[in-house]
Amino acid sequence: MTVTVKIPTQLRAATGGQSEVEVSGSTVGEVLDAVFDAHGDLRERITQDGDLRRFVNVYVSGEDIRFQQGLETGISDGDEVTILPAVAGG
Amino acid sequence: MSIESLKCKECGTAYELDASYVCENCFGPLEVAYDFSALDPVEVKRRIQAGSQGIWRYADFLPFEGRPGDPLEPGLTPLLRADRLAERLGVEAELWIKNDAANPTHSFKDRVVAVAVAKARELGFETVACASTGNLANAVAAHAAAAGLDSYVFVPANLEEQKLLATGVYGTNLVGVRGNYDDVNRLCTQLAESRPWAFVNVNLRPYYAEGSKTLAYETAEQLGWELPDRVVCPIASGSLFTKLGRGFQEWLDLGLLSGAQPIFNGAQAEGCSPVATAFAEGWDVCKPQKPETIAKSLAIGDPADGPYAVEHARRTGGGVDSVTDAEIRDGIKLLAETTGIFTETAGGVTVGVLKKLAARGEIGAGERVVVYITGEGLKTLDATRDTFQMHEIDPDLESFEAEFHQEVAA
Repeated sequence: MTVTVKIPTQLRAATGGQSEVEVSGSTVGEVLDAVFDAHGDLRERITQDGDLRRFVNVYVSGEDIRFQQGLETGISDGDEVTILPAVAGG
Repeated sequence: MSIESLKCKECGTAYELDASYVCENCFGPLEVAYDFSALDPVEVKRRIQAGSQGIWRYADFLPFEGRPGDPLEPGLTPLLRADRLAERLGVEAELWIKNDAANPTHSFKDRVVAVAVAKARELGFETVACASTGNLANAVAAHAAAAGLDSYVFVPANLEEQKLLATGVYGTNLVGVRGNYDDVNRLCTQLAESRPWAFVNVNLRPYYAEGSKTLAYETAEQLGWELPDRVVCPIASGSLFTKLGRGFQEWLDLGLLSGAQPIFNGAQAEGCSPVATAFAEGWDVCKPQKPETIAKSLAIGDPADGPYAVEHARRTGGGVDSVTDAEIRDGIKLLAETTGIFTETAGGVTVGVLKKLAARGEIGAGERVVVYITGEGLKTLDATRDTFQMHEIDPDLESFEAEFHQEVAA
């Protein structure tokens, strides 16, 4: 499954300025691992001990993965994975 | 001024004082860092007392390079003794209500927005924007109008009508998003990446949040430069709750106040209680929820400062409780009947939690308690519908006597 992963401004220094990355994977965890394989710096910035850091939100086609199966959330064809900071609002 | 840098609350990395809010190293939230070492407490106190009748009297502690200004200055709202409320609750505490509905757009949001809009101007922005549950929308539209800036206000489309009307009137671009607040927030986080706008609670959030500290300063000043023993405060994102603590701490550190942090009790609606749940479960993250409550101004299912609010409640020996919609309605009525203050649903939540604390015997005799009422009842009129009956009579004495005969005779 090939999906587009949207990279927020604050992380683009780690992707050489790219705002989108195309990778494949069948779960969010696999997709993120594929992103980290391509852009090694990202892993440490948004994960800690194998989990997402507490201020990182990940959405699959607009839906927060914490309302689904977290990193185990399945990916379907045409899905878009978005990484966003969790520190806005209120 | 004492402003120094933006600093990550998680890893401590320092950043320039521009419109950014996220740490590039660990994605943590940025906060304004100051160096207050040059401040002389005696002079600061004199400056405050000779200052304006609003939040700019605390400019020494706010995030500006120069002196801030705002034509619609909020602050110095009443702090009122609530002996009749204490009596009804059966507590022998010194109970105070900080009525922050007495601000230009009738909620505490005027404080944070005044700071954010003044900062937006200092940074050269021409358009301000926000993601709002309603009160913030009112404030952003009004302060932008007063400052002559363009504004875009994003809210859930199903918001209370009063809050929509009280926003649109200021001539803003009012955008109703078909989704809940967390959807609105996600959209604004994405828009903030491409638009050259000052989103007060996204890219300007580190500055915006500082405005809440003025509630702590005012409370202490109005109590005669003393601290309360306990505060009861609503929690939506958790920003107000944690900044109250920071405000008290700054004055403690500077020697303007003596003693220790008050006990912090947070208040949430049961239908949106991610922070209360995290507190009860002992988690250090908040599991997001889909809000379902009449307290729409507190309906943030994914609270940005939730983890810090939990930590602050724990550190001060306090807690975070939640109340049902029925308890919220009762809280609104109880406050109105005992203090003459008509609050919105968020205030009903806060008073509901106060009532719970009283019932559990947690409020000690002689304790000085400050309860934060953050918004106005006229904005959520539906919550009081059908909670009382009107006596309808003909315009003559007989009709009145017939209706009230027994009361008069008694």
